[in-house]
Amino acid sequence: MTPTSIRATRPAAVRLGTVLALAGLVLLLAAALGRPFVSGASGLALTYLPLVAGALLLAVGPYLGRSGGLAHTGTLRDPFRSRGWPAWALAAALTGFYALVYWWPRHLDGLIRQLDPLALALARQPASEWFLYGFWYTLAVGVMGARMALRHRGNPYQQWRTASVVFFQLAFGFLIPQVLRAFQQPEFYFTYFWPLKKEYLFPSDLAGLVAGGGLGVFMAVWGVVAALVATPVLTWAYGKRWYCSWVCGCGGLAETAGDPFRHLSDKSRAAWRFERWSIHLTLVAVVGVTALVFGSHFAGGGWLGAASGTATRLYGFVVGAVLSGVVGVGFYPLLGSRVWCRYFCPQAAILGVIQRFFSRFRITTNGGQCISCGNCSTYCEMGIDVRAYAQRGENIVRASCVGCGLCAAVCPRGVLRLENGPVGDRFPARTTPGTLGP
Amino acid sequence: MQVVIIGNGIAGVTTALSLRKRRRDWGITLISGESDVFFSRTALMYVFMGQMRLKDTQPYEPHVWREKRIERVRGWVTHIDVGERRVRLDDGRAIAWDRLVVATGSTPNRFGWPGETLGGVQGLYTLQDLETLERAAADARRAVVVGGGLIGVELAEMLHGRRLPVTLLARESAYWNNALPAEEAALVTSVVRAAGIDLRLSTGLAFIEGDARGRAATAVDTTGARHDAQIVGLTAGVRPNLSAVVGSGLATGRGIRVDRTLHTGVDDVWACGDCAEIVEPGAPPDAPGRVEQLWYTGRMQGEVCAANVAGEQVAYDRGIWFNSARFFDLDWHTYGHVPAALDPPDAALRQAVWVDAPRRRLVRIVARDGAVVGVNSLGLRQRQAVWTRWIAEGRSARDVAARLDDAVFEPEFTGRLDPRAAAALKEQLA
Ligand SMILES: Cc1cc2nc3c(=O)[nH]c(=O)nc-3n(C[C@H](O)[C@H](O)[C@H](O)COP(=O)(O)OP(=O)(O)OC[C@H]3O[C@@H](n4cnc5c(N)ncnc54)[C@H](O)[C@@H]3O)c2cc1C
Ligand code: SF4
Repeated sequence: MTPTSIRATRPAAVRLGTVLALAGLVLLLAAALGRPFVSGASGLALTYLPLVAGALLLAVGPYLGRSGGLAHTGTLRDPFRSRGWPAWALAAALTGFYALVYWWPRHLDGLIRQLDPLALALARQPASEWFLYGFWYTLAVGVMGARMALRHRGNPYQQWRTASVVFFQLAFGFLIPQVLRAFQQPEFYFTYFWPLKKEYLFPSDLAGLVAGGGLGVFMAVWGVVAALVATPVLTWAYGKRWYCSWVCGCGGLAETAGDPFRHLSDKSRAAWRFERWSIHLTLVAVVGVTALVFGSHFAGGGWLGAASGTATRLYGFVVGAVLSGVVGVGFYPLLGSRVWCRYFCPQAAILGVIQRFFSRFRITTNGGQCISCGNCSTYCEMGIDVRAYAQRGENIVRASCVGCGLCAAVCPRGVLRLENGPVGDRFPARTTPGTLGP
Repeated sequence: MQVVIIGNGIAGVTTALSLRKRRRDWGITLISGESDVFFSRTALMYVFMGQMRLKDTQPYEPHVWREKRIERVRGWVTHIDVGERRVRLDDGRAIAWDRLVVATGSTPNRFGWPGETLGGVQGLYTLQDLETLERAAADARRAVVVGGGLIGVELAEMLHGRRLPVTLLARESAYWNNALPAEEAALVTSVVRAAGIDLRLSTGLAFIEGDARGRAATAVDTTGARHDAQIVGLTAGVRPNLSAVVGSGLATGRGIRVDRTLHTGVDDVWACGDCAEIVEPGAPPDAPGRVEQLWYTGRMQGEVCAANVAGEQVAYDRGIWFNSARFFDLDWHTYGHVPAALDPPDAALRQAVWVDAPRRRLVRIVARDGAVVGVNSLGLRQRQAVWTRWIAEGRSARDVAARLDDAVFEPEFTGRLDPRAAAALKEQLA
């Protein structure tokens, strides 16, 4: 069957957006080459204002004046969203950017210097490659968050959740750590905990924070309490979603910038099998690294010190750089938006175990109403075959579910609802006749 | 034991999978002329709209058939030989059975309209229909859809999504008012029109004129209006597909007549799903039975059918009625008994309806002697378990009106219902 492409209409907003974004891009390119047209703060503003305004218009333009019903029409006919050449090009660009940030930041110098005025204002220090990265990351979350909110007009869960990830990225993922640096405090991320930020439980790091006194003590206590108390309690109460699709920065990027690619996740049983191995192996690895660090700290250096150093560096390279950055985000347009979260994130592994066995969260299936259409499974970014449960009239209780709620939003028959309730009620006996057996 | 099932739709596939759970060592063969794999007919529209790929409409990965040892045969059954216990396929193959299930589904109605065989004139039921529609849409400029039912509005949405101007002809005086009460029909009508569909009520198709290439060019409606149309969608209902059973000796009326165990009356032959006509016990041989043309009923009948094929004696009971659909982005949920019109009037029935036109919400409660018997809800998803319980318990309708929030199935943070809804409903029920 040869698909006809959906005749595109270009709203005025999109046309204006294209012009602005292109203008911004030209200025950005000039800065990247070390020859900015205008330097200083005005150069920064002249580049990023049109760029962001243009990107916003491009992102929301197609959804202006439309009801939510058509939000996914054409997704799989769009080469950009269905692994056509533009998707490959974007993947190459993203992967390349990650490689530059991690390993060859000097090639980014022009772009970094352009941000100096902002970095000096916020952190009272010149920009670094990580400042550039955080700035772009936050812009991506904000711009694509606006798109997400507009797409889901009429769905308060989606709107609150999107507002939440944008807020946490902007405040806790970007502004606060920079401002902390301005006051000679450690660049601390209050929304990342062990094991995602494994250092936050390392004895030497904790000791360093405590030695700083005042705020440092608070940070050390925060890191410990968040990892050991808040995480299990909140996950028991609301499921993994409180973190993965409301707070986390990685999740925030996936839910906003990654939204156009969510359906690319692999739904096969083989992928599920791989996931259960890979994610728990990463968890074992991070526990192992932490144990080594503790061992060498308390047993004092020696071969343990060397081993823990090597293990930490190896983990940092494989998990921190390659899996979470290059593969996790770089491959969005090819493998979907949650590759890192689904297959590798050790935080997700812990939250998942709690969610699967001890949480009040579930996706309720509305009796026998499922028509097996498959929209829910198609748009599940975690690759869960939601339909397999819904068509049997079973609730969905899965370790990997991040509670993004898209399955419920796309379901054309009102079959799914995310909710919290008594833990024991998650697997009710089948009451409706005629729901399909396994 | 060799069981052959004709039809790999939801009814046939559910029969096969449920039977496998009961009988590990029986041979099970699924025959279909339409496709090698089971797909969701209900998702055809999403494929056309580029929201899913055809592959995504398959509820089971290929390994399921292998692991459950369900053999699949592609071909059209042209004859069922009840005496020899064989079915014959169009390519001459014969397949023997010990037990046979007919689950051949439906076929779209045609009414002998002049021009209905022109190119670009088609129904929407099969995979092949989807392919022809895809081709026709490539160079069509306008479309006419005939039939104001659920599939008609889906087809209109599909074509409209391709930016084709669509005229929808419905014989009823308000959209689907032979199934929906007046207020619901009015709300849906307004939603369909607001979406940009040219909905013509109390109008049918008269004939279709073709061009020199034998393709549809103009659809003329019963008011004499002429509509430029290269696609004419015929969605005026479906009827049971009896193609496999003609000449087999199985009793047919509108569909294949079966008793409540879905047995045809011929030894070791059952029928289920859209093609079955269920006859109540003790009904005269020519009394019309009940034909259910829904996904859910196909699934439930498939389960019951499997139990009976396996040798149990299970009567089909669809339980408290439910159905749901979507008209563009307006959700419709219904439970229990909600008559489209009270004709003849029924003194014991009382109805209350609350409409919030700007927010496009509607709730109707139907009560018999004060107890709730049914609900219609537009723009507000409702929880099946709660309504089923309320209706089964015969809850007081006024009590239910005050507790509507307990049954709403909308996303979290949606907020409580306007308290005026409960007040208005209770007042009407008094
Ligand atoms: C566009 C569309 C949207 C719909 N949406 C909904 C909805 O939202 N909710 C709902 O409840 N219902 C919906 N329905 C109705 C629902 O799809 C049907 O009720 C259901 O598919 C019937 O299932 P079945 O298994 O009885 O038959 P079918 O799905 O029709 O399957 C029968 C199979 O048997 C095969 N077959 C027939 N004759 C022969 C033969 N002689 N030899 C070999 N094979 C044969 C056919 O090719 C077909 O594959 C929709 C239908 C359509 C067309
Ligand atoms: S989207 Fe809804 S109706 Fe479709 S398969 Fe999923 S739960 Fe069932």
